Amino acid sequence: MTAQEFIAHEAHLLDAQRYDEWLALFAEDGRYWVPLQGAAQTEGALHNSLADEDRLLLSLRIERLKNPRAHSQHPASRCQHLLQAPVQVQADEGNAWRTPFLYIESRGERQVLLAGSYTHRLARVGGDWRIRLKRVDLLDAGKPLPAIQLFP
Amino acid sequence: MRRKDILALVQEDRVHRDLYLSEELFALEQRHFFANTWNYVGHASQVPAAGDYITVEIAGQPLLMVRQADGGIRVLNNRCAHKGMPLSTDECGSTGKFFRCPYHAWTYKLDGSPLAVPIKNGYEGTRLKECESGQGMGALQNVAVYRDFVFAKINDGGPDFHAYFGDVLGAIDNLADRSPVGRLRVEGGVIRNIIHCNWKMYLENINDTVHPQSAHESATQAANILWQGQPADVAKPMAMEQILPFGAGYDFFDRMGGRVYPNGHSMLGVNFSIHSGYAQVPEYEAALRAAHGEERASEILQRSPQNSVCFPSLSVKGSPQAIRVIRPLAADRTLIEAWSFRAEGAPELLFERAMTYNRLVFSPMSVVAHDDVHLFESIQQGLRAGRNEWVSLHRDFQPSELEGGTREVNGTNELLMRNQFRAWARFMTADMAMEEGA
Ligand code: FES
Ligand SMILES: [Fe+2]
Repeated sequence: MTAQEFIAHEAHLLDAQRYDEWLALFAEDGRYWVPLQGAAQTEGALHNSLADEDRLLLSLRIERLKNPRAHSQHPASRCQHLLQAPVQVQADEGNAWRTPFLYIESRGERQVLLAGSYTHRLARVGGDWRIRLKRVDLLDAGKPLPAIQLFP
Repeated sequence: MRRKDILALVQEDRVHRDLYLSEELFALEQRHFFANTWNYVGHASQVPAAGDYITVEIAGQPLLMVRQADGGIRVLNNRCAHKGMPLSTDECGSTGKFFRCPYHAWTYKLDGSPLAVPIKNGYEGTRLKECESGQGMGALQNVAVYRDFVFAKINDGGPDFHAYFGDVLGAIDNLADRSPVGRLRVEGGVIRNIIHCNWKMYLENINDTVHPQSAHESATQAANILWQGQPADVAKPMAMEQILPFGAGYDFFDRMGGRVYPNGHSMLGVNFSIHSGYAQVPEYEAALRAAHGEERASEILQRSPQNSVCFPSLSVKGSPQAIRVIRPLAADRTLIEAWSFRAEGAPELLFERAMTYNRLVFSPMSVVAHDDVHLFESIQQGLRAGRNEWVSLHRDFQPSELEGGTREVNGTNELLMRNQFRAWARFMTADMAMEEGA
């Protein structure tokens, strides 16, 4: 699988709600990060984020979604990722790819549309890829936002 | 809607659904209720230097909070005296020594008074000087800065700042005194949520301890599943330290205790709270003792109320050092802001706690808040159902509570909410009697 194919596969697993398989794509120390200032936020700066999750917190999210008493999932949310072709970018450590996206989360009568760009930092493990970082820079990260329940 | 119709919506032990649903009432709230109460504007640390400003809206009115040359803070109407252009459309910034309108370049001093207009001689012999447009931007007369928390009241009349808030200001003291030098700074950015519900519903929930067990079951069960079986000597990650206590039972929440104050303010968790179990930081506590003395330091550290409501717009958490600001947008739309504080002279860990808590609990991507938000937004629909136009607030009602005043009660008592609605009815109708010529 090329890195580009891997990134498309990752988004597909989310759209198909195959969350356990999705989580397995992350490295042990993998991180899912949605900074509050979007692309303007520098790494390591003491600033808050919309989400900043290690595998433990990602598991918590996934575990919660499986719970029949996750009230906010009645009705359930669905999502669709629309990706541009990933482009390799400069990174200190290993492979990094930038992918502009549109993300639609739909639930009941409401839809949330988010635009932004991913940075994937990937590692080769055997013949496979692992996500060391999935950074999600939302165009409107700091604006007032409605609930975002799945994974942009 | 007249005064008596509005008063009829708030009964001793229940409130009418129109309080949440009616757009007409929302418009009346802007003119009467919000304009007659003291609302949180911002924190002084957001405008450190002369000319620094933030833009905010209170009671539907665009305002600027501006640091003056003399170090004071003023709140101005964000409207050019000429034709109404806002002097700034940015969220914050610095205007330098004066404001200059982008439209026809009228200028104003930092206190809003008029400075200059172009081709001035065109106004000679006109009435400009005598009318409102000649008076400058206009500054709110009722502004109070309490330990760097800035509040404003739009209308004149009504209680002054200290008479309005009274002892609930102790919640702000508790937060500010967590700094050994008594100084806080807003840092780390603000998390903003749009929730499609009435602002009063959100505020009620800040005082609701009966919901966590049922509403947050999915989040706390998930946390428990992941954390169970961990050896006792493994340090709890901050996320687990903050999420797990949401699963505490009814008894815990009942025993944490609550207190109501006059004018709608309240404090939940006067005995202990879900924040009481956070890991201790001995060096910091020593620094606090050195700064404030043994007694005051223990008082600050032992009291970590769940929430303190400075009615109607501010909710304070002393530990973690965070506030929520309630900014109503429409009958069915509310903006909630979650701000984190750095307490000067306190260790980084405390600031991280504030940010982590806000991110885990109040972010649009929070795992804890999704269920709350879903419930509020659904209630906004559900209230339209027939056969019952009332919302029950009967829990632990006692006729003696109608005397008002400050009172301590059990933590699951709905008096904390009844107290808010009684204050709502009073400030909503305070200046209506005059208007109606009653
Ligand atoms: S509107 Fe401001 S100068 Fe004309
Ligand atoms: Fe809640």
